[in-house]
Amino acid sequence: MVGITAWGAYAPRLRLSRKAAATANAWVAPNLMGKARGERTMANWDEDALTMAVEAARDALGPGDDRGHIDALYFASTTAPFTDRLNAGIVSAALTLEKSLSAADITGSQRCGLTALSQALTTVQGGAAKSVLVVAGEHRKARAASAQELDFGDGAAAFVVGGDDTVADFLGHGCTTDDFVDHFRGSGEEFDYSWEERWIRDEGISKLAPPAIKRALEAAGVEAGQVAHFCFPSTFNGMATSLAKKLGIPAEAVRDNLAAVMGEAGSAHSLVMLAHALEQAAAGDIIVVAQFGAGAEALVFRATENIGRRPERGVTGSLADRKEEINYLKFLFFNGLVEWEKGMRAEKDNKTALTTLYRNEDMILGLVGGRCTETGVVQFPRTRISVAPNNPALDTQEPYKFADRKAKVLTYSADYLTFSMAPPNHYGMVDFEGGGRIYVDITDVEPGDVDTGLAVKMAFRIKEVDEKRGFTRYFWKAVPDRASAAAPHAQAAE
Amino acid sequence: MAAGIKDKVAVIGMGCSKFGERWDAGPEELMVEAYLEAMKDAGIEPTQLDAAWFSTHVDEMGTGKGGTPLSMALRLPNIAVTRVENFCASGSEAFRGAVYAVAAGAADIALAVGVEKLKDTGYGGLPVANPGTLAPQVMPNGSAPGNFAQLASAYRAKHGVSKDELKRAIAHVSVKSHANGAKNPKAHLQKAVTEEQVLNAPMIAEPLGLFDCCGVSDGAAAAIVTTPEIARSLGKHDLVMVKALQLSVSNGYESQYNQWDGSYFHTARIAAKKAYREAGIERPREQISMMEVHDCFSITELVTMEDLFISEEGQGWRDVMDGFYDADGGVPCQIDGGLKCFGHPIGASGLRMLYEMYLQLQGRAGERQLADPVFGMTHNLGGSPSTNVCSVAIVGREGA
Repeated sequence: MVGITAWGAYAPRLRLSRKAAATANAWVAPNLMGKARGERTMANWDEDALTMAVEAARDALGPGDDRGHIDALYFASTTAPFTDRLNAGIVSAALTLEKSLSAADITGSQRCGLTALSQALTTVQGGAAKSVLVVAGEHRKARAASAQELDFGDGAAAFVVGGDDTVADFLGHGCTTDDFVDHFRGSGEEFDYSWEERWIRDEGISKLAPPAIKRALEAAGVEAGQVAHFCFPSTFNGMATSLAKKLGIPAEAVRDNLAAVMGEAGSAHSLVMLAHALEQAAAGDIIVVAQFGAGAEALVFRATENIGRRPERGVTGSLADRKEEINYLKFLFFNGLVEWEKGMRAEKDNKTALTTLYRNEDMILGLVGGRCTETGVVQFPRTRISVAPNNPALDTQEPYKFADRKAKVLTYSADYLTFSMAPPNHYGMVDFEGGGRIYVDITDVEPGDVDTGLAVKMAFRIKEVDEKRGFTRYFWKAVPDRASAAAPHAQAAE
Repeated sequence: MAAGIKDKVAVIGMGCSKFGERWDAGPEELMVEAYLEAMKDAGIEPTQLDAAWFSTHVDEMGTGKGGTPLSMALRLPNIAVTRVENFCASGSEAFRGAVYAVAAGAADIALAVGVEKLKDTGYGGLPVANPGTLAPQVMPNGSAPGNFAQLASAYRAKHGVSKDELKRAIAHVSVKSHANGAKNPKAHLQKAVTEEQVLNAPMIAEPLGLFDCCGVSDGAAAAIVTTPEIARSLGKHDLVMVKALQLSVSNGYESQYNQWDGSYFHTARIAAKKAYREAGIERPREQISMMEVHDCFSITELVTMEDLFISEEGQGWRDVMDGFYDADGGVPCQIDGGLKCFGHPIGASGLRMLYEMYLQLQGRAGERQLADPVFGMTHNLGGSPSTNVCSVAIVGREGA
């Protein structure tokens, strides 16, 4: 039966304290103090919708080298870095998926994450693809001192859809499409423009979501009373509970929308909630996931006996890996909301040679190096003449993927001189298990976090933003492998 | 192995501009300053020059990629001018070109001039170099101090030296160079500093503070070389002879192969061994009278003491703390203040190091003069610890 075969999630490590943000703005927006509870995820300066989606996809796919089974990819976001450059193509290159892949960006409403997932399910049902990867990521921008700034969060989720060996079977789909403009963001605009909340709640969500959910339940042949997990993101208090009541879904099935610990990650949020539900579901549980946006979309699943096959990180792991940020100004800097003095060193031109990028696509976007088929020596980058000093063999190198290999810091420094969006810039030589080393930026760290021997893993991040031309350059960086470092303690606790 | 350069070429004239923030001078004026001193020292006319080598690294400063900036500035008599560049070792490269031309018989008298005009950028530190099209897409967003600071992390780990111990040792490196620079009227920085000042200076790239970094300076240096026979025919005696010229260049072993541990310069060890062999030096710690090494950062100098086989591996920091490299120590190092205080106008630095060795061997180093030096060694490095070029040159007395 068609369904979800794997899932993954990602939330940035930084969590902006809402109290810190609301307090900083209380002089101008005292009403926001009512929202000064909990925290929201906050993308590092080098994270965006696409990098987070890649991380979620890696969580879903696992560390294996063979990703040849994925034959289609949908990337959903309303905050994708490119309007005309296939964002899914960048995701594909980062994940080293096959070139024969079908790929599409799905966007245009807050429900587009669910649209992508339903399209994937339909595609597999129709036999046009066997295994489809769906990734959704959002890095939502909001004006300083707005309610959205506190409500929103950054994050991503990913699902693999297939016909065998599912963790959750797909039972039904329902949809309502209506040009109900609760908010909009014109082309080229950075921020949403929203209408009155009461109207959105009473005339919009309350009237447009239930029909879609009902249709999905009918298609699934499931009674509302059977639903064990109801995932419905909304920033309005009690919205999901009110819908559940209207639909006859048990109140205890209404899932935590993670507002207190994450905020709402736009079109990715229903998928984040679905992933979270899968992490807590028992075999046989009925899961309904729906999201509002230009109408609404809803999907129904039933967890299978494989439901225990969880991703390494998932939503649970993402939420656990957190660091509180009480510096609201840092949030403004990272989100480009402050014109700040970057110094002359930031004036360097970040124009990207697209020829060079394409010629080295697997190296730059996929972190693929080389392995000498004669000596087994592994190196980065791949070159015609092997680096092995005792055997510089010619043209013997096969592609070798570094992205999912564990590494350790050999040398490092924390550099206060070079321009960095988050100084000091940490970088160093990292040595990989199984061979190979890369001199690389280290991110998600503060002074004192890095030392020689530190276990790190690789993460797909923004390398540079060419503001002059609107081009985002991506590469891989090392981040502390905190889960691995914490593992012995976790075991001890058990 | 080739016969080598030993005793085939003599240095008959050298010049060096005042280094520093030369707001008053462009690269042309700096070159003229060094050139005029060298020509006066050699006692020759421009028409006696057969060829010239010109080193400069930061082309954005307007000196250009060709030989013309030198020829135009000095009004050379339409002789061959070759522009050379090898990162921060460019000055040594100009010297090599001139020396080899003379040794080959292609030139009777050759000129080497290195220059850099760094202080036209509007900010401190080195200008941001044009990195090409691939490197900026993959290499860390770093700086020279950040790249060299990497050594400290690996050195500590390998030799079990604590952060405090190493910080104190590299502080002594800088205190010593400042003390030496204070006696050099041409140096950029002529003030002595205390260990306290060095330890408490603002952090640039952990663990390197402000005083762990060399000066970013404008300056030029020049050398005139010829055969010993021609030198004598010009009335020169007690010649300063070239004893060894070696250059070793990284091939990816450090940065791409999992063997180098990050705590030393692979190339420096190779170049040093070859240079000692070429010069016939068997016990460098005893035989080398003095050194000018590439102390772009204090940690660079510290590990270089081991790479040149003067200190034993893992013991360099102890020798530094013991004052072995101080002006009154076993092998005085950076007696002119080094890159640290004399300054580091990139294209000129290799020649500036030789300038001090030349003055010392001729007994003309004034207040800094060492007693009876025989061999002087220069070590000029370019790049970063994991990818670099390393030049080691030895000059010495005639007959040594």
